[in-house]
Amino acid sequence: MFRIALLCLLAATGLFAQKFGVGKAASPDEIAALDIAVSPDGKGLPPGQGTAAEGAKVYETQCRECHGPEGKGGDETGFIGTPADLKGDKPKKTVGSYWPYATTLWDYINRAMPFVRPGTLTDDQVYSVTAYILHLNGIVGENDTLNAETLPKVEMPNRNGFVPDPRPDVK
Amino acid sequence: MKDASSRRGFLALTTSLGAALASCGGGDGGAPAEAPSRLGKPVSSYGERSRFSAERRFIAPTKTPEQAASLTPLQDSEGVITPSALHFERHHSGIPDLDPSVHELLLHGLVERPLRFSMDALKRMPSVSVIRFVECSGNSRSEWSKPAPTAQMSSGMASCSEWTGVPLRTVLDEAGLKPEAKWLICEGADACRMARSLPIEKALDDCLLVYGQNGEALRPEQGYPLRLLVPGWEGNINVKWLRVLKATAGPSETRDETSKYTDLMPDGSSRQFTFAMEAKSVITTPSGGQALPGPGFLEIRGLAWSGRGLIEKVEVSVDGGSTWEVAQLQEPRFPKAFTRFRLPWSWSGAETTIQSRATDETGYIQPTVQELVAVRGTESSYHNNGVKAWKVLADGSVTNV
Ligand code: HEC
Repeated sequence: MFRIALLCLLAATGLFAQKFGVGKAASPDEIAALDIAVSPDGKGLPPGQGTAAEGAKVYETQCRECHGPEGKGGDETGFIGTPADLKGDKPKKTVGSYWPYATTLWDYINRAMPFVRPGTLTDDQVYSVTAYILHLNGIVGENDTLNAETLPKVEMPNRNGFVPDPRPDVK
Repeated sequence: MKDASSRRGFLALTTSLGAALASCGGGDGGAPAEAPSRLGKPVSSYGERSRFSAERRFIAPTKTPEQAASLTPLQDSEGVITPSALHFERHHSGIPDLDPSVHELLLHGLVERPLRFSMDALKRMPSVSVIRFVECSGNSRSEWSKPAPTAQMSSGMASCSEWTGVPLRTVLDEAGLKPEAKWLICEGADACRMARSLPIEKALDDCLLVYGQNGEALRPEQGYPLRLLVPGWEGNINVKWLRVLKATAGPSETRDETSKYTDLMPDGSSRQFTFAMEAKSVITTPSGGQALPGPGFLEIRGLAWSGRGLIEKVEVSVDGGSTWEVAQLQEPRFPKAFTRFRLPWSWSGAETTIQSRATDETGYIQPTVQELVAVRGTESSYHNNGVKAWKVLADGSVTNV
């Protein structure tokens, strides 16, 4: 009886099937506390929402000092362009010209921006400032609501611009 | 005339070695000892290099020092191991100060058993040590437009260490990957929580969860207390300060695998997931910024490496590419590691161009930059593994071509 109970306990803690058994079972709460990964199909996006109109305010106070007025670039890179910018001698890679997925923009801002205090924006702020940058590129309307459902459906202009690695390509 | 000057050159080169040998003799009869009758420093708990040693990383200027890179002085490399303190750096939001007694690795997603591993737990598991290079795919980036003046500026975003850790596969087996798991999203504990997606075949092949570097704990700049080593693949995917691994069906398409670390082609398309670092080599002695002491004997030395396996051959040309000689490779060689090559050379004193080209075990031959540009144009940013040439001027100074 005791032995069966112990086995059940071990199975429940996840230790049972480990060969070395040194890892500890991670609880759903422990996972949720760290799991911020987002995929292009929207998996991982949290609840919340925002529009470009709201995002403009976030941008002015939290982003503009480095990325310039209306995403045009300042000390740091700008965000505005179209895939036409990728050809020629001086190609410009921007969110508008280059990025294949809108979820990437959400994920990156959520992880890494604003540069000196990443992780401090609320989910709503991330949705809204994402919407603002997309709106500056004419990709979404000023009052379109972005959330976990609508964001993955946003079509980025350079969505089909990427190809797999063909190397070795030089013989 | 020529003989005399070549002898002078030889003497100049061996002076420091001669002095070192003489000081071991205690000064009895040979050259005088450097510091007679003076006691040296006592023992110390953590050694420092000689004050006469000045090799240092070059810090590439950026507007934000936390989003920056520093380059290894390859021209000063004595052997294939890069001293940990000189390993190149690339950080996107600074170096976190992580306490190994609380740092944990979380493994979750499409696994049977989500698990947390403390550093102590990881260190209990079977460990391996390997010698492998790490190279930023942005290495030699400036050379798409213009040759860089020194080995450090040209190729210093590559370094090589002995790494110790647990095979990633061992840890994945503990959690039990579900059949749908095709990618692993790997995330650091740096401020920007830098993340990359790693294909599961590579994760199960030769990747390591590393805690040791060159016989001691990882340096903070290299990911202390835990980093991912993805042998032969571009530096950015060797995620430092590793904290989360999430098994997924598809890639996350993070910023650093879309906006960055993708290679723009002349037609406006971009190559994505260009992971492998192709075969490359650079002559480190003599190299740009150095000066030959004079005509006569000098051993040409350099480093070669390939992300696809062993270096099979390195050829060196001392006549501007007209003829090539096979250099000697230092054994033992390791796959996906720096390999040293050497060629005895007697410099006539005339201006010339020297260069090296590596061949790896797949038969791939390191191309010229021109050959790369013919296929990829000049705007692909990453993966420049073109042949590097140095010009030796008649006065002995070495510059880029
Ligand atoms: C203190 C200056 C600073 C502030 C403020 C700042 N950023 Fe940034 N941003 C940077 C730096 C530096 C980088 C480049 C980081 C890197 O390459 O690792 C960057 C990169 C980015 C990128 C990626 C650009 C690309 O093409 O890959 C986006 C998107 C971005 N920031 C959005 C934002 C948003 C949105 C805000 C406001 C919420 C913000 N940033 C605030 C400095 C800043």
